[in-house]
Order: sequence, then structure tokens, then C-alpha cells
Amino acid sequence: MIGLAVLLLVFASGLLAPVWWTGDPQQMRTAQRLQPPSAVRWFGSDHFGRDVYTRTLYGARVSLVVGAAVALVSLALGTTLGLVIGFYRRLDTVMMRVMDGLMAIPAILLALALMAMMRASVRNVIIALVIPEIPRVIRVVRASVLSLREHAMVEAARALGVGTPRILLFYILPALVAPLLVQATYMCASAILFEAYLSFLGAGTPPHIPSWGNIMAEGKTYVQLAFWIILFPGLFLALTVLAINLVGDGLRDLLNVRG
Amino acid sequence: MLAEVLRRLLATIPVMGVVAIAVFALLHVTPGDPAVIIAGDYATTDDIARIRARLGLDQPFHTQVAIWLGRVVRGDLGTSIFSGLPVSTLIGQRAATTIWLTLFAMLISVGVGVPIGVVAAWRKGSWLDRAVMVFAVSGFSMPTFWLGFILVYVFAITAGWLPVQGYTPLAGGVGSFLSHLILPALTLSVVYMALIARMTRASMLGVLDEDYIRTAFAKGLAPRGVLVRHALKNASLPIVTIIGIGFALLIGGAVVTESVFALPGLGRLTVDAIVRRDYPVIQGVLLVVSGVYVLINLIVDILYVVLDPRIRY
Repeated sequence: MIGLAVLLLVFASGLLAPVWWTGDPQQMRTAQRLQPPSAVRWFGSDHFGRDVYTRTLYGARVSLVVGAAVALVSLALGTTLGLVIGFYRRLDTVMMRVMDGLMAIPAILLALALMAMMRASVRNVIIALVIPEIPRVIRVVRASVLSLREHAMVEAARALGVGTPRILLFYILPALVAPLLVQATYMCASAILFEAYLSFLGAGTPPHIPSWGNIMAEGKTYVQLAFWIILFPGLFLALTVLAINLVGDGLRDLLNVRG
Repeated sequence: MLAEVLRRLLATIPVMGVVAIAVFALLHVTPGDPAVIIAGDYATTDDIARIRARLGLDQPFHTQVAIWLGRVVRGDLGTSIFSGLPVSTLIGQRAATTIWLTLFAMLISVGVGVPIGVVAAWRKGSWLDRAVMVFAVSGFSMPTFWLGFILVYVFAITAGWLPVQGYTPLAGGVGSFLSHLILPALTLSVVYMALIARMTRASMLGVLDEDYIRTAFAKGLAPRGVLVRHALKNASLPIVTIIGIGFALLIGGAVVTESVFALPGLGRLTVDAIVRRDYPVIQGVLLVVSGVYVLINLIVDILYVVLDPRIRY
């Protein structure tokens, strides 16, 4: 419940960023560089005199978009592939070896390498985060398909002459909704975290867009002078990821998913 | 036993083969001409042609894959475009830092994560248990680099106890070596620790309900002995598994941690290579790191047999 409340708050702050006592996130006031937090500048200002509070609120947009998009796209692609791979025995052995290999590459490194070959943009960040995630979804889907394939209801459907696509869609997919929903929540949380890692390392969201990772990457140089540039976006990031993970745990208990 | 180890070892070959091909294919699945991207914005046509020839990009794809696999098998990872040094040399230079960092982080995480997980399970429902669970959830959600900066701010900048950044090799003095490594290792360990604590608690809870645990307590054995020798030993399989699987988190975290603390490790090497589009280096690091990951999980598989003699593959 707390998780949901925090999440709604972050969602609202991203959506309503322009009206929550903010200014222009890019506006530079050179006279007010590196100002500590005060009544006017709640979270202080950065090395260009930009308002950290405003930028942090706008940063929520990138994080939420990336989180939601990565979860949805990975889910859609992974489920489709997982259903097909799980149902056709001949495909299964080969494809699972391939998946094992892909999953042996640590996700962040894979995403970093992909970003190195693409131009920095929010869309490409999403692509770079989806690719390492897909084999993990496939694995979950495949495991369920393998056990459900032997289920009496599938056998009965088959005896009645129901075709394979129909079986996958109407007999197997519904049983997957609960575990996949939980999985999607965790994927969303980790995607938000990874977007911040990529941006922080200079291989994520383009620097002109205020994302939490970017704000902190710029604040890195001023950690001794202006700690607030890093403190506040990081706090938002940590709380958002925590909130989504809590929602995931709640869903898992509610839907009674093992895991 | 030996035959099983061998069989597991053989099973890793196809996995590593897929890794090698995937790492190579990365260059090709992304849109655009890799030679143009590597050459950068200010390259001339000659530069691009030179890079294309040097990377063998003018060959047909399957020939390229075959050449790449052949080189990898011989331990040749190519040469860095930026520095002109062999990639294996570059990795060799940086590996020690990352190995120390991950080793310390692993020791801290297991050393703290397992005991707090055991205690939480033993005192289920108590404030102690709740505290461990809160730590486990929040630790897992913690952005590694942010935590690093918080620790730097508190222990290095404000308190002045430890250096802010940098690295001293072991040869440069044990004291200096350790003082530079404490904060990064602590930073890196938190996510992993949270994961291990959570898994330990869950696995212990399953075991503590067993009859033999009740018997052990009933005959008056000290709780410590029962928890460690009877319960933890039987709860250890999932814990060992998560230590192996979670290693990927540790490696990913190391990349970020090294960047925060300016440690000259594999993570820095990768990030620098990405900024410079030094693709052979990126491929080399990816391959080596994935190989280590596969190796660690192989060790975990073998440990299964040691921990639980009932398991036979």
C-alpha cells in the first residue's frame, strides 16, 4: 500500500511537473550557481544555476516512461516467443541453449555495449534494456508452458480438435497472466534503475534531457561542493524503485505467485 | 564425481559458444555500418575503409564469425582501436582491481547476509526479522552509485576517515590498499547482501519447520549449533544458487562502483571503451566477464553435489 502511494506520487510529480511550483528545467541562472537548498530553491541549484527540484521532477518522466516501456515490450515479445518455443519440442532444446548463452552476459554490460552501437536517445535506451530482459521472460513463460502442456485440459482440447494457436492463446496464456504481471513489475523497477546507471555512465538518455541518472552524472564533479545535486534525484530514484518493488511483492502475495 | 564435473564442464561449451557468437553479432544487429560508428563523426572515407578492413567487416558474415571464433579459441581477443594494445593485455592490466573489489564485496555480502537471514528466520515475526526484511527490500532497490556517493559524503568528505577516490595496488601497502577498497566494496555489497539475506531467510523458514530441527532443540542442543549445523546446512542449496546467479548483479554493480570511486578496473575499461567506441575492447570484456559468470555457476553446480550427496546429474 505504501508502495502504491509513493508510486502514485512519483507518477503525479512526473505528469504534473510543470505545475508543481517548478520553473523551466533548463533555465540557467549563472549568478546562482551551486546554491544550497533554501526556501526558494528547495533542492538547491546545479553548476549552471539550474533548479535541482524542477529538474528532479521532470526526471521522473524519463524514468517512468523507460520503466513502463521496457516492461511492456519485454513482456509482449518474451511471451510470444516463450509460448512458441515452449510448445514446439524441437525448437525448445536449441533455443534454450541460446537463451542460456544470452543470459550469461550480465545485463548492464550487454545494455552498455548495445548503447555503444546506437545513438543516445530514450528510444534506444529502451531497446538496449529490452534485449537483455527478453530471455528472462522467455524462461518464465516456457517453464509454465512445459508444465501446462501436459495438463488434462490441453489434452482434452486437443482431442476436440482445437488448433495449436488457439490452445496457446486461450488455454495456456490465461494461466500465465499472474506470474507475468509480477515479473513485469520487477522488470519495470530494474529498468528504471538501469536507465539511471546507463545515463550516469554517459551511455544512456541524451544529456540535454533531465533524467535522474543525467542529473547525478553532472553532479558527480561537484560532490564535495554541492552534494544536493546528487542527493535529491538519487532519493527519488531509490524511493521509486523501492515503491515498485513493494507493489511487486504485494502483487505476488495477492496473486499467490511462487517466487 | 569426476565424471560429473567433466560432464558439467562440457555442457558449458555450447553456452560459451552462444556467448561468443552473440557478443560478435552485437556489432551487426545494431542499425548502421559499424565501421562508420566506430570511426566517429570526423572520420574520412579512408579511415572508415581502414577500420572495415582491420575488423574484417569486408568479409561475408559467416566468414567473420568463423574467424572470430577461431581467434577466441586461441585466446586472441583482438587489438584495441584506441591504444593499439592487445585486448587481452588491457584486460589483464585491469582485472586485478575488479577481482579484489568483487571478492571483498562477496565476502562482506555472504558474511553479513547469511547470518542476518538465519537470525531473521529463527526469530520470525520479531522486530529483528522485520528490520532484516526492510533492509532486504530497500537494499535491493538501492541505486548502487547513489549509495556510493552517500558513503563517500559521510565517511570520506564529512568524517575524513577514508579517501574519497582512487586506488592503490596491494604492492603499494596493505593499509592504503584496504582503505581505498572499503567504501567501494561496501557500496557494491549492499544489493547482493540484500538478495542473499532474503534467500537465506526464505530457505531457512522452510527447513526450521522440519521434525529433526524440533528434535535437535528438544534434546537441548545449543540454538547456534542447531541453526548452523542442522538447519543452515540443509537450507544451503538455494543460498548457494542465489550466490551464483547474483554474481551477475555484482559484476554489473562493479562497473558503476568503479566509475564512482575512480578505480582502474574492468568497469572503467568498458566505460572508457564505450565513449571511444573501441569495439574490440567492449567485446573482449563482455566475453571474459560472461565466461567468469558461467564458470562461477559451474562451480555452484559442482558444489551442489558436495552439499547434497543425493544429487546426481
